[in-house]
Amino acid sequence: MNQTRRNFLKFLGLAAAGVCTATAGRALAVSVGAKAEPEAGPQALSAKRWGMVIDTKKVGTKEAIDVLAKACHSVHNVPDIPGNQNIKWIWAAGFEQAFDQPNDFLDEDVKKRQFPLLCNHCSNPPCVRACPTQATFKRPDGIVAMDYHRCIGCRFCMAACPFGARSFNFMDPRKHIDPAAVNKEFPTRMRGVVEKCTFCVERLAKGKQPACVEASNGAVAFGDLADANSEVRKLLREHYTIRRKPSLGTEPSVYYII
Amino acid sequence: MKLYNGGKIITGLVIFLCVFLAPFAYNAGKAAYSQPKVQLPKDEKECIESKEYMRTNHMKLLNQWRDWALRDGKRVYVNSKGKSFEISLQNTCMKCHPNKAEFCDKCHNDAAVSPYCWDCHYQPDGGLKK
Amino acid sequence: MLEKALKGSPKYYLWIGFLLVVMAGASSAYLGQLMNGLTITGMSRDVSWGFYISQFTYLVGLAASGVMIVLPYYFHHYKQFKDLVIFGEFMAIAAIAMCLGFIVVDLGQPQRMLNVMLFPTPHSMLFWDMIVLCGYLALNILVGWTCLECDRQHLPHPKWTKVLAYISVIWAFSIHTVTAFLMQGLPSRHYWLTAILAGRFLASAFCSGPSILLLVILLTEKVTTFKANVDGVRTLAKIITYAMCVNVFFFLCEVFTSFYSSIPEHKNPLVYLFSGLDGHAELVPFMWVAAVFGLGCLALLIPPKLRDNRHLLPWSLAVLIIATWIDKGLALLIGGFNPTPFDTITPYWPTAKELTVALMIYSLGALVVTVLFKVATEVKHEVGASQKPDSDTAVPEA
Repeated sequence: MNQTRRNFLKFLGLAAAGVCTATAGRALAVSVGAKAEPEAGPQALSAKRWGMVIDTKKVGTKEAIDVLAKACHSVHNVPDIPGNQNIKWIWAAGFEQAFDQPNDFLDEDVKKRQFPLLCNHCSNPPCVRACPTQATFKRPDGIVAMDYHRCIGCRFCMAACPFGARSFNFMDPRKHIDPAAVNKEFPTRMRGVVEKCTFCVERLAKGKQPACVEASNGAVAFGDLADANSEVRKLLREHYTIRRKPSLGTEPSVYYII
Repeated sequence: MKLYNGGKIITGLVIFLCVFLAPFAYNAGKAAYSQPKVQLPKDEKECIESKEYMRTNHMKLLNQWRDWALRDGKRVYVNSKGKSFEISLQNTCMKCHPNKAEFCDKCHNDAAVSPYCWDCHYQPDGGLKK
Repeated sequence: MLEKALKGSPKYYLWIGFLLVVMAGASSAYLGQLMNGLTITGMSRDVSWGFYISQFTYLVGLAASGVMIVLPYYFHHYKQFKDLVIFGEFMAIAAIAMCLGFIVVDLGQPQRMLNVMLFPTPHSMLFWDMIVLCGYLALNILVGWTCLECDRQHLPHPKWTKVLAYISVIWAFSIHTVTAFLMQGLPSRHYWLTAILAGRFLASAFCSGPSILLLVILLTEKVTTFKANVDGVRTLAKIITYAMCVNVFFFLCEVFTSFYSSIPEHKNPLVYLFSGLDGHAELVPFMWVAAVFGLGCLALLIPPKLRDNRHLLPWSLAVLIIATWIDKGLALLIGGFNPTPFDTITPYWPTAKELTVALMIYSLGALVVTVLFKVATEVKHEVGASQKPDSDTAVPEA
């Protein structure tokens, strides 16, 4: 028999490869064996396409928007980080920053007004297109959700988002959360993942309205854009509304009454 | 038959064996491994599934729970006996097992695994610790 | 063949040792980043990609550039490149190693990077970038190594290497195209949102990449018995010149479109880069250096007399590399993120720690280049291919 070292090593390599595939195959073959199926739950709110209408005449100052931001950020344990590595889910900005409609002769009222900005939950979200792991994805009800467990922190979604709605955890966010004020029902995030507004999916699942809507005293309406009888559709019928950067074709689901 | 480079080969083999057997030597004479005593909930007798199922499958179940809740939007788990639970590590599991150090860590430390659950999820007894 | 990298002069060992020390020292900065997160960088909520990704982009160009030697050799049977092909392929290997390194250090959760393969997502350009980069790496290792081994044993190259070499030519274009697609398909990043970006990337790659390669080859000549084919070097310099002309032309097309259309979104990134905007002018001096150097290197490269001057050539190449690096390895990223989606300017500048991490990866690349070039030059020496006239080759060419 021609037993050279080369043949021996080849055999060894093949054997090792075989063992690896067998082990991997077995590992894949074992499924969880789930005995039960999950349900949405009886209180859960559902829609074909969730949307938001913000009456900026009613919530048009920095102070008023800060109330919404505080409600949102405290319920979601959003850290308060100074500097430009900060994290925000909803915040205030002026007309020129919020909308790409520069106007030298804007009326005094709109010029002074502040607008709440947040994730637009686009129907055609560029962030979802860009994400290489489906860590950000669009749910059937139109919400652009985040799976922080899967996010690799490549920040491609941040480059893709035309609305600056996404924040990256440059550092451990827990260092900037007041332990006494933490919402014990909701997780924090970890270092190295991207986060943003989720239209409060966890509250909708329990039959509650989003935190900012609840805190807005009726200035922010939330509902099903696909339902012609919903409150949001009624508002859209009765008022002139605009969306942020509609020309990009992302189809934002957040409307602003001017 | 002549063994070429015999000295080097034998020295190499001896070193290899020493390294290979080191863990056995390290543990020799120590008491046999016993399962850790985890702190069980006082006022709850049954977990969402049987003890045996949870012991072997809790990590897979949690993985599925995560996908069901986050990705599929289904946040109620109906167990094999027909009982319903909210799908939530923080609000269901940790309600009965509030102390990570006395429950989770006991086995995880022995098995030398460190899941990153508590990088984000809150420990009722440990707060924002990891 | 790798054993050839183990035997060298004291200077060779000193250089390897130096690179290893730099890598080890600089890796402490990366450890710091792993512990504290990307907060150690100059990146921010508005400028969420920085030096790492821009180096990645620049080096994909270097990886693709090997094709400027491989293509004439395999497609046009340009024999003068025969002994240069292997250096193009080995440079590509080192460049991709650095590209992958820069992607990994840019991730917030690097331990999860295999998620890209576990959850394959064809609508994400990053998924395709992973595929083309890994594929190109494999192609170059396979073709380069096999051909060199055959040369060493005086055997003809196997047929399949030729097939793979043809594939790798197309593949080289694809790696840089897909890298451009990462950026040019993003709405609202107007500096990138242009169909010519992929073309600009390729043109810039095909001048800057071969320039770096040629500089390294000229350096290799200094320290080994290898002597690059004189006509081959001249042709490569010509290719570099043409590619730089195209590069400048494409950029001017971009400038024309932006300013003649006068659409603010298209214009503002260029205005910010070249003259400052909203009181921010951080990159203005760099951009003008790039502009002057870009035209300057053309003045040095276009006249044949100057281009063929072997003493001047390295300087012309260096000027070209600086110009293209500022354009693509620095300003491209910053101009893409500024103005921000809120029409504001958020300045970005890499921190010392960020640069140290980059240094770690550049040293890794230098190490790979050194080892691979050492192997290649030793084999060339052994078979007496492209040697200096006075060098004593071990085996005279048959």
